[in-house]
Amino acid sequence: MKVIRTREWAFPVPPARRELRRATPEVDEGKPPLLFVPGFGHGAWVFAEHWLEHTADRGFPAYAVSLRGHGESAKVRKADLRAYAHDVAQAAAGLPRRAVIVGHGAGALVTAHALARYPARAAVLLSPVFGGLGTALRNPMVSLPAAFGGGLRLPAGQLFSRELPASAGRAYAARLGRATSRAQWQLLAGRKPERPVGDPPVLVVGSPDDRIVSDSALRRVARHYGGAPLLFPGMGHDLMLDTRWREPIDAILDWLEKSN
Amino acid sequence: MSYSTGYGDPELGGPATAWRDGWPVYDRSGTVCVIGAGPSGLTAMKNLKEHGFGVDCYERETSVGGAWNWRHNRSPVYASTHLISSKPFTQFPDFPMPDSWPDYPKHTQVLEYLEHYADHFDLKKSIWFGTEVVKVEPAEGDRWDVTTRSTGGFGGERIHRYAAVVIANGHNWSPKRPAYEGLDDTKIEVIHSAQYKDAAQLRGRKVLVVGAGNTGCDIAVEAAQQASRCWHSSRRGYWYTPKFTLGRPTDQVNDLMLWLRLPLKARQFIAHRTLKSTVGDLTRFGLPKPDHKIYETHTIVNSQLIYHLGHGTITPVPDIARFHRSDVELKGGELIEPDLVVLATGYETKFDFLDPALLGIDATGRPKLALHAFPRRQPTLAVAGLLQPDSGLLPLVHWQMVLFARMLRLREASPAKAVAVQRKLEAGLEQRWTSAKVKDSTRHWFEISHTTYLKAVQRLLDEVGLEGAAR
Repeated sequence: MKVIRTREWAFPVPPARRELRRATPEVDEGKPPLLFVPGFGHGAWVFAEHWLEHTADRGFPAYAVSLRGHGESAKVRKADLRAYAHDVAQAAAGLPRRAVIVGHGAGALVTAHALARYPARAAVLLSPVFGGLGTALRNPMVSLPAAFGGGLRLPAGQLFSRELPASAGRAYAARLGRATSRAQWQLLAGRKPERPVGDPPVLVVGSPDDRIVSDSALRRVARHYGGAPLLFPGMGHDLMLDTRWREPIDAILDWLEKSN
Repeated sequence: MSYSTGYGDPELGGPATAWRDGWPVYDRSGTVCVIGAGPSGLTAMKNLKEHGFGVDCYERETSVGGAWNWRHNRSPVYASTHLISSKPFTQFPDFPMPDSWPDYPKHTQVLEYLEHYADHFDLKKSIWFGTEVVKVEPAEGDRWDVTTRSTGGFGGERIHRYAAVVIANGHNWSPKRPAYEGLDDTKIEVIHSAQYKDAAQLRGRKVLVVGAGNTGCDIAVEAAQQASRCWHSSRRGYWYTPKFTLGRPTDQVNDLMLWLRLPLKARQFIAHRTLKSTVGDLTRFGLPKPDHKIYETHTIVNSQLIYHLGHGTITPVPDIARFHRSDVELKGGELIEPDLVVLATGYETKFDFLDPALLGIDATGRPKLALHAFPRRQPTLAVAGLLQPDSGLLPLVHWQMVLFARMLRLREASPAKAVAVQRKLEAGLEQRWTSAKVKDSTRHWFEISHTTYLKAVQRLLDEVGLEGAAR
């Protein structure tokens, strides 16, 4: 538990305009809001495609934020993991009720950092990329350009299962942007996130056939939060865009309903 | 939410299980009582809930926000109240203020923030609005009997028994009025800054503002713009820091120096040089020379006072000697004729529902508390937010309450360790938590420097451990 943060107080994260997409249920049943956090290169649109509406249909207010420099959020030249985590904490604190944060890919790491700054009701880490050298070596073709300041190369074949039509996959991949070089370097360095405040329950969701996150990496993250991952075999890294997108989100919402 | 009277209220308490002085006492078992729903009370509730405690909060007004809610009749807030700490020092550490707000948010924004905090963490359902606490008395087993009634004294009194009590009744609501000779007989209108709400009260009048605290300087600045004449009486010299230096909020510059681990002497040197090169020597305007180095007491954070002194719209004058029927005599013999005197002489702390001995309150009315929060030998009693920090108050109260919640949990998890921590806490009963030697310590008795204080809290939190105690 870290009380003193002189550096953060002396250098607060500069404000940036953020895109927040939403889908709220017609009747408020008092269920907790969900805040979806996309990974590096992804914007809020990846959740707006299927998950936001589906979540709202099941009675949960749903929101998706774009990290600065992604999607429709403000373009920034400089941003680090702290700035991204700040974006998540800001978006979460702005919601009407205490939120459940759902982070995907490297966005799961951003979420994990944000959990130390905002007492979420619960958290879900989807195909979490917690970084470190191991992840980079597993995906040399993805990470190599990033090592020289380029963007992470995320081809459709890496992100989606074969069930998704190739043209749809290519169209999605074409919409991807990139995170800042500094954030990519920090991902490679893989600093361990601080302990979450308020001890929220954390669920790890992934696929053993994910070509970016290995099965062992998935289990390692789940073990760190004291559980086992919930697995959806046959799906790609981008669970929310894949053909069988309905299964993981239903499982997550079932888990939330049960744990309340 | 209604507050029904009668026996065996099913909502709150159930049937009486004990008796005190012939009155039934309703046992609330492990629930903690929070007195007041201002910022301190709200963060007490939120953190206690987070650690799995039930909470009942009693608030004498009908809305949250405490002093920051200008609708409350005890609120000291005036229309132009502005924050003197920037956002990173003002917000709760786990609930950031919106990015779209300015560096120093307005007081209406602070209220909006507190209301949002209460809604976000679903605190309002545990608050009994329009209910004031009459008495807090110790019961067996370190528990507390809390007597409440509806504000204004209508209806009956009820007694509930709680596992612990957090006193968050605020310290800026009971005006402190200095006793000047002739004050009772003067024809001049004399008000306390608590009664000052809007600049219209000053328009076209000849105003004497007494007190060089932050409020006094604010009102003097308002008077410089609105009144036909403004005198500003200060007893001693202070350091006036502008709100922005070196292109950023001043408190952030200060923490930059702390982050660089510059020793106090070096920080004082840099601050003196920066002030000298920007505002210069203030004695040329007639202000008294500060009798202490910077950081020995908190600086007055005000950019505009110097501006108005330099434009001659504020006349600095020394302390008041006595009031006459229609004029005021200053120390030094000068006579001035104001038609309105505003006493910005501060507030006194008051705990009128509690036996003063429990908080170790001495003859001067000052409680003796470890970390300015924890009384001696009362492990289940805490005073929240009784601090005058060189930063915002909210983050400090947050950590006080995290510490209190964890210490309460520790009492269940490991009683022996809890006693050891309590002893450690009480060993620092005399400690002051300031970085510099404080000048005139009797007046600034609960002034603290935020880093020194938080370091002490950090050490105790590490000692208590219990990571994962929250639910």
